[in-house]
Amino acid sequence: MDSGQLFNLTTIAYFAAMVLFFAFIATKNNTVALTATLSSLAGFVIQTVALGMRWYESYQILGVDGRAPLTNLYESVVFFAWSILLIYLLMDWKYKQRTIGAFVLPIALFSMLWAQMSLHSSIDPLVPALQSNWLTYHVITCFLGYAGFAFAFGVSIMYLMKIGKEEKHQGDAPMKGILGLFPPTRVLDDMNYKAIMIGFPLLTLGIVTGAAWAYYAWGTYWSWDPKETWSLIVWFLYAAFLHARFTRGWVGRRAAWLSIIGFAATVFCYLGVNLVLSGLHSYGSG
Amino acid sequence: MAETKKTFIDSTWDFLCSLKLAIILVLLLALTSIIGTIILQNGSAADYIREYGQSNYELFKKLQFIDMYHSSWFIGILGLFSVNLICCSIKNFPRVWRFVKQPTLVASSGVFKGSANRAEFSCKETKHQAAEQISELLKKEFAKPVLTEKDDKLYLFAQKGIYSRFGAYITHLSILIIMAGAVIGNVWGYKAFVNIAEGTSTNQVRPRNGTQPIDLGFTVRCDDFDVSYYENSNRPKDYNSDLVILEDGKEIVHKRIEVNDPLTYKGIKFYQSSYGSAGNPFFKVKITENKTGKVIERKAHQGKHIQLPGGYAFAVTNFTTSDRNFGPAMQLHVNTPDGEHGAPFIVWQNHPQMDVKRGGVFSFALLGHDQPYYTGLQVAKDPGVNIVWAGCFLIVFGSLTAFFFSHKRIWVCLEDNGKKTKVLLAGNAHRNQPGFSLAFDDLQQQIEDATKNTSQKKEG
Ligand code: HEM
Repeated sequence: MDSGQLFNLTTIAYFAAMVLFFAFIATKNNTVALTATLSSLAGFVIQTVALGMRWYESYQILGVDGRAPLTNLYESVVFFAWSILLIYLLMDWKYKQRTIGAFVLPIALFSMLWAQMSLHSSIDPLVPALQSNWLTYHVITCFLGYAGFAFAFGVSIMYLMKIGKEEKHQGDAPMKGILGLFPPTRVLDDMNYKAIMIGFPLLTLGIVTGAAWAYYAWGTYWSWDPKETWSLIVWFLYAAFLHARFTRGWVGRRAAWLSIIGFAATVFCYLGVNLVLSGLHSYGSG
Repeated sequence: MAETKKTFIDSTWDFLCSLKLAIILVLLLALTSIIGTIILQNGSAADYIREYGQSNYELFKKLQFIDMYHSSWFIGILGLFSVNLICCSIKNFPRVWRFVKQPTLVASSGVFKGSANRAEFSCKETKHQAAEQISELLKKEFAKPVLTEKDDKLYLFAQKGIYSRFGAYITHLSILIIMAGAVIGNVWGYKAFVNIAEGTSTNQVRPRNGTQPIDLGFTVRCDDFDVSYYENSNRPKDYNSDLVILEDGKEIVHKRIEVNDPLTYKGIKFYQSSYGSAGNPFFKVKITENKTGKVIERKAHQGKHIQLPGGYAFAVTNFTTSDRNFGPAMQLHVNTPDGEHGAPFIVWQNHPQMDVKRGGVFSFALLGHDQPYYTGLQVAKDPGVNIVWAGCFLIVFGSLTAFFFSHKRIWVCLEDNGKKTKVLLAGNAHRNQPGFSLAFDDLQQQIEDATKNTSQKKEG
């Protein structure tokens, strides 16, 4: 079996998990929820093996020039999906809120589908500028950070869906219907914050390692190219999020919106800059 | 008038300290930064006029959008942002410092009544015995407490992770350090480039924004340049240059640099950044005089005539590294002694016998070709870069400290209550309260168990 087939299995597992999470919301059946979680765990394990396999294959194809599978758009999108699952499973383990899967797994599934259907997946040799360990550290930290923001985005959507109904809801009885299944809004708000707290230092580290890489490759740690600038914009947005929490008012709804805007900027930084703007970064060639 | 009006200075200070200003500035920086990612930066006038028209170009120039990250207004926002950061830290730091200098050793009754985590129970020991037991337990399970006796009551105070209060300040300080490093690099450093042909040397480089060349104060020589390609492709795999630094004619440093591995000398770094051909390729040609079988070898530059015996001459007029499937090939012609150009013909490096069949006065074979290169070097001097790295280290360290550790405190008050001792317990954490609550409940249980156990022992 090669890594490509394993990535297909991963995608199938994530798809199954997503469908099961939706089924859980519809049926409120806990067995379905458990199956969904196990399916996402299985997908994660398979994907981990697949990443290792692709790493190994790169040595078979390129000999001594083999490298960690983190160097082109395809590989980074796949790694993004893996990071989302990592953060998701950790949060699931901690909070045991099964409904969140329905809002987070689609992001991972979409990434896998997009990578496999329309991105160039061959293992190509690297141009000299990309032959750097800093690149590996840079990609790992950035995408783990982005995954934190993706999770925060998912729970923010849930928050906004629930809060309006909750405010209208009368009495002490628990809410009925689908929204009653969602975690309490206070928990969603807290998870939004926690996920950003994980993502922010990772993004900081990602920007720093990117600067170190640029410094060793080109002699400038910062050159204001669009990709760098957008990562700084994302960083500023989440810094604003963190500080806005101090001045009350900016928890709950506004925090959820800021998290959604932050994730939109993250996606733009990741893809929009390459697809819409021009820059030095190699991922553009995809 | 009961209300004293704030002076102008006070309100300015409050404004500069405010978190509201911080959020506005951070969002403003995020928003304005977008401009420079949409509008080309540092392009030529012609680029802008072609893309946006003359009048927009004038407007961009006025708004300094052409080099916006160095524009006075963007630097201005950054400046205000630093002032905000400094003022805010000056204002808030004493509060944090007080946690260190004047820990609340004796908690007020408000703390015991108002804390989110609190407990109250009684035990049979004297308050001194209980204090000793609880101290022992806290020391083992939490942190070593401080004992204070006041108004006939005993107070214990223990804390952990006070340094996490400084995480935010370390983060803020590191932002200032990074900006300071960047300013130092911009003022006292430069970015330049130089192309050095193989075998030549230079002691000047050209700055990227400026025309006046910069004197290095020493000489750099490129002894050799190599580029290797991935098999069966023209993707470069590696390129590297053998550089030598010379001072007063003496060779000081030798280094083979490649992409991602620069040479540093006296704070100036030389990065492999590009390469190109320096002049035409030259060819090693073997010439056989067909009548006599005499063989000579010549180095021929493309387009240059080379003399041959008997007044003849030849010139290589074209070259390709792969002529269809036949490999490297050159096109050449032979001039007769009276200077007439002969018909051009082709010689393939991999098929040396072919030209013998042509049957001219001479037959030619191509032994090899060589391309002289120049190496393109980025040259950077940045005396602020280590300050920037120090700031980067601190910002990661600081934000991790701020987010993942918390300042946890526990207070105990022991008070005689008839024959028993009343124990009051309170605790708080400045972050991750749910986690602390669990730990607190656990600790409370242990304290109760410890005191009860010994009480029972004494009874029994
Ligand atoms: C983009 C730049 C900035 C970054 C990355 C940053 C980072 C941080 C971090 C990581 C924290 C700790 C957050 C927490 O405890 O949840 C913090 C707290 C804080 N920041 Fe910033 N900050 C920035 C700009 C500013 C500015 C300009 C101000 C100026 C008013 C400011 C004022 C504060 C205050 C008052 C706190 C709370 C400090 C405390 O807990 O004692 N920050 N900042």
